[in-house]
Amino acid sequence: MKKDLSSRIGIGVGFVLILLWCLLPVAWIISLSFKSQEAVTVGSPGFFPSSGGGAGWQNYQDVLQDDQFRRAIFNSIGISLIATILSVVFATLAAYAIARLEFSGKKFVLTTALVIAMFPVVSLVGPLFDMWRRFGIYDTWPGLIIPYMSFTLPLAIWTLSAFFREIPWEMEQAAQVDGATSWQAFRKVIVPLAAPGVFTAAILTFFFAWNDFVFGISLTSTENARPIPAALSFFVGADPFNRPSSLLAAGAVVATVPIVVLVLFFQRKIVAGLTAGAVKG
Amino acid sequence: MAAIEMKNIVKKYGDGFPAVNDVSIDVADGEFMILVGPSGCGKSTLLRMIVGLEDITSGDMLIGGDRVNDLAPRDRNLSMVFQNYALYPHLTVYENIAFPLRLAKRPDKEIDEKVREASKTLDLDEHLQRKPANLSGGQRQRVAMGRAIVREAKAFLFDEPLSNLDAKLRGQMRTEIARLQKRLGITTVYVTHDQTEAMTLGDRVAVMKRGVLQQLATPRELYEQPVNLFVAGFIGSPPMNFLPATVEGDQVTLPFGTFPIPAAKAERTAGKGLLMAGIRPEHFEDVSVIEADKVDSSRTFEAHVDVREWLGDQQYAYVPYEAEAKVQDQLKELARESDSDSLRTQLVVSLDAASTVKEDDDATLYIDTDKMHLFDPSTGDNLTVGL
Repeated sequence: MKKDLSSRIGIGVGFVLILLWCLLPVAWIISLSFKSQEAVTVGSPGFFPSSGGGAGWQNYQDVLQDDQFRRAIFNSIGISLIATILSVVFATLAAYAIARLEFSGKKFVLTTALVIAMFPVVSLVGPLFDMWRRFGIYDTWPGLIIPYMSFTLPLAIWTLSAFFREIPWEMEQAAQVDGATSWQAFRKVIVPLAAPGVFTAAILTFFFAWNDFVFGISLTSTENARPIPAALSFFVGADPFNRPSSLLAAGAVVATVPIVVLVLFFQRKIVAGLTAGAVKG
Repeated sequence: MAAIEMKNIVKKYGDGFPAVNDVSIDVADGEFMILVGPSGCGKSTLLRMIVGLEDITSGDMLIGGDRVNDLAPRDRNLSMVFQNYALYPHLTVYENIAFPLRLAKRPDKEIDEKVREASKTLDLDEHLQRKPANLSGGQRQRVAMGRAIVREAKAFLFDEPLSNLDAKLRGQMRTEIARLQKRLGITTVYVTHDQTEAMTLGDRVAVMKRGVLQQLATPRELYEQPVNLFVAGFIGSPPMNFLPATVEGDQVTLPFGTFPIPAAKAERTAGKGLLMAGIRPEHFEDVSVIEADKVDSSRTFEAHVDVREWLGDQQYAYVPYEAEAKVQDQLKELARESDSDSLRTQLVVSLDAASTVKEDDDATLYIDTDKMHLFDPSTGDNLTVGL
């Protein structure tokens, strides 16, 4: 009993340490975002804004009233969502085929997908820049959605095909005997069972698209398609040697919120063991 | 409801191996047909060809008189219970059972009526809102049955439905399936490797080996008149004893002695050299438990019992014997074909529970050679079939 208690205390202490380690930068950004620009410039020691150095919600108001930033949020949400939806839909169909069908070149598809996923993102920026300008999709949403999809599809396909392989063949066969077409069996039985995989793939894709900076900064030139991470880097203010740190911090917090909300929302959906009870285990 | 006719059905896989070879079986309307055989004999493949989950390489599959070879499973209107049940884990029991009806786009009211009726039949009323994950094995089995009976299918197909249940539940469900089938009077094809299920459930039983139909007959006929060594050895537990035998005149010589056999059997087998005699364990008895005046002394022999298993209502005694290498090899091959293992040549005899035969002791046993079958060892054919 005593040992039990002490080990629980140990676990608790460990938790707190790890949380501190992980969340300190976040806390620091939040702290920064509530300080006024002047306070930051003069040093502003301390975690909480010192008296008179606090800016209240002013930084957030400034950020959200900034047209460029609002436009960047809109771009980011739109591009990330479209890339995620397309990527997950394609990955689901592709992964199902890979998991269920025997066709020549299956191994090739999987290996190629993996190779693409391992490609350094930066190495593609140059060629893409050239190509996109020629195709006329430079500085447009599709210009970002396409590279995002091509980098997230492999991972999504691998994740999902692993999930599909876990689902017993009999599920579809039972559905077909029960009178379902192949498509109905896929939609009503297989996809619901693979839901945890679909959500996992969706979150991974969304993270990648949302957090991407390299493509965001190099394949856009105006606020037409510039996403948040790129937009933040354009927050230079009047003096390039004295960047508006508190404003940037507020922008960073705003950019983080959708991700947090998304994770909290989907977390419930990512439950392993949904197939429990399908067959005698 | 419909009859199922299989005409010269062949299933060849990519490597050209015939998993099912020229099988013809007619299942009459309302009949309970069992497909039985050791693993890999093609019984499940045949069932899956009936339902449409496997392509038919050649031959005709007729359901209710219509050729269905090229129809998709959903167009054949059959219902199937899978070995592992294949319930939809994301749906409640109610929705699992309703699934085929929902696909058929029946009105909600009708669906509700039918689901409730099926759940009442299968005693699932209190579980309707639960998910399959929370059910016991027997309950899952019943849900799978419910999904099969809720629809007016032309036939039921069962693919080893009870093999995942424990022994007691299996016995209960077996009776339940028999009762349900009799009540609904629907054509049923049932695949199993369990011969108790085969013998108790089926109107007729088809025994298969390596894709070839061996015998199609009533359970009693299979047991009493097996057409070949394989069927004789596969049906019955403990299995039939096979002994090297030679027939001269109306006397058969077994490793334990020479005994008289009926004239009709002798006529067909005399002078054919070394044969294989098949005698079921229950056709032996301990002489000491038979009334003295009923013992025919020409049909008794002395035997050394090395192991005895007392089961309460009966007991099995094991009598080892020496056999020549050729016979031993054949017995081993036979055992391998029916998924069992014979480590030694021995006689299994079923004795009356009252018998006081001791282990590692000598006993006088009676052999009922009237019931003996004689097989041609090279072809495996039963030479005394029908006698």
